[in-house]
Amino acid sequence: MPPSGIRKYFDLIISMEGVISLGVGEPDFATPWHITEAAIHTLERGYTMYTSNSGMLELRQELARYLKRTFDLEYDPDTELLITNGVSEGLDLAMRAILDPGDEVIMSDPAYVAYPASVMLADGVPVQVPTDCHNAFKLPAPDVEARITGRTKAILIGYPANPTGATMAMPELAEIADVAKRHNLLVISDEIYNLLVYGTQPACFACLPGMQERTVLLGGFSKAYAMTGWRVGYAAGSAEIIAAMTKIHQYTALCSPIMGQMAAIEALRSGEPEAMRMIEEYDRRRRVILKGLNDIGLDCFEPRGAFYVFPSIRSTGLSSEQFAERLLMEEKVAVVHGTAFGPSGEGHIRCCYATSMENIEEALTRMARFVQRHRAP
Amino acid sequence: MKEILEILENDARATPERISTMTGIPLADVKKTISEAEKNHTIVKYKAMINWHKVGDEQVWAVIEVRIQPQRNVGFDAIAERIYRFPEVRSAYLVSGTYDLAVFVSGRTMQDVAAFVSQRLAPIEGVQGTTTHFLLKRYKEDGEIMEVKEENKRLPLTM
Ligand SMILES: Cc1ncc(COP(=O)(O)O)c(C=O)c1O
Repeated sequence: MPPSGIRKYFDLIISMEGVISLGVGEPDFATPWHITEAAIHTLERGYTMYTSNSGMLELRQELARYLKRTFDLEYDPDTELLITNGVSEGLDLAMRAILDPGDEVIMSDPAYVAYPASVMLADGVPVQVPTDCHNAFKLPAPDVEARITGRTKAILIGYPANPTGATMAMPELAEIADVAKRHNLLVISDEIYNLLVYGTQPACFACLPGMQERTVLLGGFSKAYAMTGWRVGYAAGSAEIIAAMTKIHQYTALCSPIMGQMAAIEALRSGEPEAMRMIEEYDRRRRVILKGLNDIGLDCFEPRGAFYVFPSIRSTGLSSEQFAERLLMEEKVAVVHGTAFGPSGEGHIRCCYATSMENIEEALTRMARFVQRHRAP
Repeated sequence: MKEILEILENDARATPERISTMTGIPLADVKKTISEAEKNHTIVKYKAMINWHKVGDEQVWAVIEVRIQPQRNVGFDAIAERIYRFPEVRSAYLVSGTYDLAVFVSGRTMQDVAAFVSQRLAPIEGVQGTTTHFLLKRYKEDGEIMEVKEENKRLPLTM
């Protein structure tokens, strides 16, 4: 398995002064204070122990209520929900639970780096479907179907998407659901960015008719509640798969940190206003960076989710990697080259707009200079 | 309208062009809203928030509880106006509870503030009593935490 494609830039950036980074994958906001404060309070009361392997019952119950009121989905907190160390662990558990060696999982290209990795770590085979900006990086159901073989076990989707910011609406997801049903496949749906949508409704794959029983819904708190460091997320699915995942989780992670779980309870109970405030701010930044990039000649389709834009850099004639490296050296702006997320990311860079408006404006000024200099003849 | 004002309240330097991009509201409408708000005093003023502590040029501030005898017909307003018209008064609020006006006063020295209270404010007819609290430390003002912003703790690059 290849090492993550950003390691060398990481060390470079740390050694440089004055770098503006659009290369992060997490909110720039600190966790809302009421959540942090609630967690501090529970620590003061001595909650510093292991929890149940499945996660605190109180959190699972709160989560069941959240899924019910937000998506009208019913999950049994005792058997169908598992609290994980973020979606990261949930993904790993899901793959290990469902895959036999050689089983195939279909997913998009480009994709979040952990998608193919988690399949490979479980001795599975990632099968990637190229997607592109002409189709707003959506995953076309016919292309998925065309790659199904006797070894296909599951389809892995994650919308809103990292690195593209792409979203898929319910009717588009329904076409994927049809394929899954026809070929009796599981669907792993990473919905970590579910609340971070702009001008479109949050979509939940498990809500589609007949899909709840064949979907492993992975969700978490990292993005919407700015809680990346707390390491808490969840998996929701059939009792059978959740039991298998719980077994692996029990021996490898034991439980998610109790302070993270306590914080998550508070987030579910009263985190929505703060989450909405952050989402409103992301939306403003999204509009500014989108217009700014298009104005300087880096065309991008309008992303409607997460906090990434994925502009085309073809007007410069540089490869993604050249672009990212030279932009960093010449103008001290860090972005991630599109190919870090798969071959179909060539010709693109990922810019994260979860940073201050001043940073975005300064980065755009620097990038405009850079593009001016490197415009292909 | 509200969104435009919220953005300006947070950053008075936001240009109409930028606000238009941020909100998707057409530029002409943004400009019109702002100029109307300026005209009718919805936007009272554009100004910078300074942490004077950083340049070692700190003024003395006090919050003064003022108890007043309300007057026929005008209630508290007439006396409040006599008080808030002094330039030393930086903010003035009518409040509920054991006193009536909360008045923020600034001066160069404690003596300045004390003199203002004893010679100007307390003698006003209708003022029944004052209690002066000098401010010792400014933690947060108008939504802004005064301490230097901590460095962002994020790693510079993550997937
Ligand atoms: C698409 C996607 N899924 C999952 C994660 C990891 O989430 P968590 O913090 O819940 O492990 C990330 C983080 O960048 C992500 O972008």
